[in-house]
Amino acid sequence: MHSIMRSAVNSAFKQGAINRKISTTAALNVKLMVRDALNSAIDEEMERDETVFVIGEEVAQYDGAYKVTRGLWRKYGDKRMIDTPISEMGFTGIAVGAAMAGLKPICEYMTFNFAMQSIDQIINSAGKTFYMSAGSVAVPIVFRGPNGAAAGVAAQHSQCYGAWYTHCPGLKVISPYSSEECRGLLKAAIRDPDPVVFLENEILYGIAFETSEEAMSKDFLLPIGKAKIEKSGDHITLISHSKGVGTCLDAASELAKEGISCEVINLRTLRPMDVETIFKSVMKTNHVVSVEQGWPQCGIGSEICARIMESPVFDYLDAPVIRVTGADVPMPYASSLEALALPRAQDVILAVKKVLNVQ
Amino acid sequence: MFKSCLFRVLSFQRSFRLLANDRYVRPSIARCSSSKLSTSEAKVNTNNDRPQFPGSRSEWTQKLAFTRNTDYDGIPVYRVMNRDGSIIDESQDPNLGEAKITKIYKGMTLLNTMDRVLYESQRQGRISFYMTSFGEEGTHFGSAAALNDDDLVFGQYREGGVIMWRGFNLQQVMDQCYGNIDGNDKGRQMPVHYGDKNLHFVTISSTLATQMPQAVGAAYHFKRQANGKVVICYFGEGASSEGDAHAALNFAATLDCPIIFFCRNNGYAISTPTHEQYRGDGIAGRGSGYGIASIRVDGNDTLAVYNVTAAARNYCIEESKPVLIEAMTYRIGHHSTSDDSSAYRSVDEVRYWHQQDHPISRLRKYMELKGLWDDAKEKEWKEESRRQVLQAFVAAEKKPKPNVIEMFTDVYNEMPDNLRSQYNDLKAHLKVYKEHYPIKNFNELTEELC
Repeated sequence: MHSIMRSAVNSAFKQGAINRKISTTAALNVKLMVRDALNSAIDEEMERDETVFVIGEEVAQYDGAYKVTRGLWRKYGDKRMIDTPISEMGFTGIAVGAAMAGLKPICEYMTFNFAMQSIDQIINSAGKTFYMSAGSVAVPIVFRGPNGAAAGVAAQHSQCYGAWYTHCPGLKVISPYSSEECRGLLKAAIRDPDPVVFLENEILYGIAFETSEEAMSKDFLLPIGKAKIEKSGDHITLISHSKGVGTCLDAASELAKEGISCEVINLRTLRPMDVETIFKSVMKTNHVVSVEQGWPQCGIGSEICARIMESPVFDYLDAPVIRVTGADVPMPYASSLEALALPRAQDVILAVKKVLNVQ
Repeated sequence: MFKSCLFRVLSFQRSFRLLANDRYVRPSIARCSSSKLSTSEAKVNTNNDRPQFPGSRSEWTQKLAFTRNTDYDGIPVYRVMNRDGSIIDESQDPNLGEAKITKIYKGMTLLNTMDRVLYESQRQGRISFYMTSFGEEGTHFGSAAALNDDDLVFGQYREGGVIMWRGFNLQQVMDQCYGNIDGNDKGRQMPVHYGDKNLHFVTISSTLATQMPQAVGAAYHFKRQANGKVVICYFGEGASSEGDAHAALNFAATLDCPIIFFCRNNGYAISTPTHEQYRGDGIAGRGSGYGIASIRVDGNDTLAVYNVTAAARNYCIEESKPVLIEAMTYRIGHHSTSDDSSAYRSVDEVRYWHQQDHPISRLRKYMELKGLWDDAKEKEWKEESRRQVLQAFVAAEKKPKPNVIEMFTDVYNEMPDNLRSQYNDLKAHLKVYKEHYPIKNFNELTEELC
C-alpha cells in the first residue's frame, strides 16, 4: 500500500517552513517540529522500556515514510525497529500478538487510510481481548500514523478516522495538535496499559510549535482524556481536534478584530471525551460551533451535540450548535476543490456569526 | 537481525525505486554505499552466469514451460499406524509409555463424551452454542502431548482437547460454556471460546485467522527472549484462505520465528469442501512458496501427529524458523450447533470416517495390541468419564451468573467515568424495579440491592 505517498511526503516537507505561534502559552523558549516531538517521544520511551518496539513498513532503515522514526534504527537496530513485508493486517496482527505476549509495540501505519486493511485486528482483537479474557490478557499497543487529509493525495489517502475508532469501546483515541501534546500524549499512550489509536496529521508534521521547557523533560506526560482550552473567550465556544484547532485559532483571531471573543477547546483525546471541559465552557459562553476535518454524519461534532443535549447544560445554550466539517464527499483531487472540501477559517467565521446571529 | 547484508541492500534498492524523488534518499545512499554494498558485491559470482535479480536464486532457461502443480505428486501423508492400529515401521513408534499413552487416550475419549453431553445440552436450550471435535481428537492430543506445557497456544476454536491436555478440567469447561461465576472469562465469550493465561492458551477469537499473525507476533517475542519456547497456531484449511494466513506465513518466514503452524484440514469449512477451498496441493503444498519447512500427516494417527509435532518443535528451536504441519482429518460432527451438515454431505460419507478411520478407535487398537488396554478397562473408563462429565455439567448449571458489574469492568484497565455512571444508573434502576428482573440468578446482586 505504498501507492502515491511520495507526493504526500514532498508536500509535507514543503509545509515545513510554516511556523505557528500559540498566543496563550506562557514561558516559550523552544521551537519543536511535530515530527521531532513524536520522534523524541518514541526514542525516550524505547530508551526507558526495553519492551517497546516499532513495527511497520519502512520504519527502520528508511527512517519511516514521514521520517518520524528517523535515527531510531541506527540507535536500536533490527531487534526493535522492524520493517515488515507489505501487509497492514499482517503486521498489526503481529503487533497484537506481541502485545499479548508481553511486549509494547508501536504499530506505525504509513497512513491510517491503509489501517483499514487491519481494522479487524485493531477493533476485534486489540480493543476487545482485555474484556473477553476477563481482564487477564492486556493489549498495550499504540497504533499511530498520519490521519486525515494531507495535500493532493485524493480520496483514498485523505480521510479522518477519528469518528471510526472513537465509536469503539476498548480503544482510547488521541488526536493531538501541537508538538507539546504530541510528546506528552504519545509518551502517555506508550505507557498506557490499554490499546491506543494515535491519530497524527501529515500537514502538521513539518510545523514547529513553540514548546515549553517542561515539555522537553523525559518525564513529561499529558493525561489521556483531558482537553485543553487553547484560548479563553466569552461569546462562543469552538471545539475541535488536530489540525482543526489551528483553523479555530485563525478564525478566533479574525473574529476578535470584530469584537467577538471565542473560547477554543482542543479536545486532544477523542475517547474518552472530556465532556466536563465542554460543559463548563457551554455554561460560560452559551454558544457552540464544532470544527473537524472528518465527514459530518456520525462525526465528532455529532457526538459533541448529542452529549450536550443529553446533559443539563443543554439549557445553557442560547442557539443550536452548528457543525463545521469536511464536505460529505470523497476527497477531490483538484487542489482548488480539496481546499473547499476542508473547513477553512472563513467557514468557521460564518458559522460563528450564524450562531450568534450577527452580520 | 536475521537479515543478511545482501537483503539490506536489496531492501534499500526497493526503497530507492519507490521513493526516488524523495529528498531523504540521498542520506540513505550515503549510508548504504559504505561497508554494506561492498559486502554484497562480494557475493556476486561473476564466473557463473546466473540471474542476479533481487531475491532470485534459480538458473536461466531457454525452454518455455509453465510450472504446473500437476508436475508434482502431492506431499505424502506421514503415518505411523495403519487403520488397524499396527505399527508399520517399528522405528517410528514413539513408545510413549503406558502412563502417557493412557493419558492421551483418556483425554481423547473424555473430550468425546463431553462433546456428546454439551451438544445435547445446546439442543435442549441449556447453553446457547457448541462445537464438537468428533473425529479430530487425534490432532488435539497428539500435538498437545508433544509440546511443553508453557509453549504458547493460539487456537482457532476447535481445540478444546489441547487446553484440556494442559489441565483445563471438566468443571472449567462447563463453567465457561454456562458463563457462570466460575467461568474464567466472566461469562463474556460464547461457549467453547476457552482461554487460560496460566495454561499459556490465548483466549479464542471468533474472527477467523486473526490469531495467525498474532501468533507470529508472540513467537517473535519468544525469539527475542531466546526462552526456548515455541508458539503453536492452530487453524483450519478454510481459515487458510483468509488474507491473515498469507501475512502470517510470510512474516513468520521473513522474521524467522519459532512457530508451528498446525492446520487441521478436516475436509470442510462449514459447508465448503476442500476442492472448493483450494486448487493446489493442500496447505502443506504452500509451505515451500513461503520458505517454510512443511509436512503432511495423518491427523487420525495420534502417534504420527505426536512425532511430527515433536520434530517440528525441535526444528523451531534449533533453527529458529517456522514449520507448517497439515494434519489430514475429517470433521465427523456438524460445524457447530448452528449447522446441519446433512445438507451438504452424505450420511454414508460421515459413517465411513466414523466407523473406518476414527482416531480414537485406531489408538485403542494400538493400545490393545500393546497390552495396555482391554474391554474391561474400556467399560470402566466409559462409565467413569460419563459420571465425571455429568457431575461437572450439573454443578455448572446450578451456579449463578456473574454480577452485573462485570458488564462494565475490563473494557479499560481503569473504569472510565461514563461506564461508572452507566453502572450506577443500572443499579439504581434495578433497585426500584427489581421484582421485574431475575436478580437472584446473578451473583450477590440480591444482597447489593437490598
